[in-house]
Amino acid sequence: MENLNIFIRSIFVDNMVFAYFLGMCSFLAVSKNVKTAFGLGVAVTFMLVITLPINYLLNTYVLQPGALGWLGAEYADVDLSFLSLILFIAVIASMTQLVEMAVERFSPSLYASLGIFLPLIAVNCAILGGSLFMQQRGFGSVWTATCAGAGWGLGWLMAITAVAAIRERVASYSKVPRPLRGVGITFIITALMGIAFMSFLGIKL
Amino acid sequence: MAEKTDIRKVLFNPFSKNNPVVVQILGICSILAVTVKLEPAIVMGLSVIAVLAFSNVIISLIRKTIPNSVRIIVQLVVVAGLVIIVSELLKAYAYDVSVQLSVFVGLIITNCILMGRLEAFAMANRPWPSFLDGIGNGVGYTIILVIVAFFRELLGSGTLLGYRVVPQAVYDAGYVNNGLMILPPAALLVVACIIWVHRSYNKDLQED
Repeated sequence: MENLNIFIRSIFVDNMVFAYFLGMCSFLAVSKNVKTAFGLGVAVTFMLVITLPINYLLNTYVLQPGALGWLGAEYADVDLSFLSLILFIAVIASMTQLVEMAVERFSPSLYASLGIFLPLIAVNCAILGGSLFMQQRGFGSVWTATCAGAGWGLGWLMAITAVAAIRERVASYSKVPRPLRGVGITFIITALMGIAFMSFLGIKL
Repeated sequence: MAEKTDIRKVLFNPFSKNNPVVVQILGICSILAVTVKLEPAIVMGLSVIAVLAFSNVIISLIRKTIPNSVRIIVQLVVVAGLVIIVSELLKAYAYDVSVQLSVFVGLIITNCILMGRLEAFAMANRPWPSFLDGIGNGVGYTIILVIVAFFRELLGSGTLLGYRVVPQAVYDAGYVNNGLMILPPAALLVVACIIWVHRSYNKDLQED
């Protein structure tokens, strides 16, 4: 039950894009059409679901103060938490490289349309942000961490698909001032949706 | 001679024509997070310039020895190392600001400008142009950061660099700080306005 709560919370209340504004770079650049946006959203969700449990285990059994206790009494007071940033990013980067190879092999068209943003998933702040939030909140188990990762990923997927759909409409039906076309209007759409999503902030699950 | 103009382009193009934020759309997350006040924005900008310039040089020096399949990890390790150095330096010489910036210094690692420039420029160019490219893009980023922070601090808190600039008399007359400017969406709106102005002058950047 607690896991379900965290899952729902992560999608709506703690939405990565509209509540924390993380992962904006790829969000803004790849949201031109729904299909590509959906593909990237799935990739990000996949990365979050994989890296969060791994980083959770790393954090619990290697990084936390006293986490090395299972190695023997003399390691019990070792605190490696200053290494967490570099270890998390290493896990994320190696996973990204794996996903990149898989996408290149199985879906060349998606690979071509994602372009530079596929390697940039590694520095997608939403993914490192997920791991850092996980560490900060001290989730109870691997499953909770996985649920939170899935929720954040789905929230990001929902956000990028929604904005991509709006952008498709805006591009074909509305008269945006020329200098604002493309990126400019996307900033404004995202800002407005962010303000709307603030209404979820008060909800306690 | 040809190389000379080329280098000048590499250094100055990112200031405006090829600005990393408003044209390449990189590094938006930190723009939203650190621009509530002007001072942390400036420190953040300087840190990014330093990390970007040196990581560009290092990657450019070892670019021929990096196997393509592990390049992301190599790049991130170089960047993470530099960021840890910057973070320790800030703690030693500018402790107050480093407390204010807290996690955002660490998040320089995931600043897309770094990876973007490493992938797009440093992997294919010699160290000296890469260094200039790093400086240029860092400065371009800092310019936008400072503009956004200027408006957000002025309209949101009525101060600049911590000093009150909106006189008390104005408040007495009924002026209220705009609470919206402190929230993250306001940064998006300010950046959108910058893009609007920027593209009105650079017509070739406009999209159809």
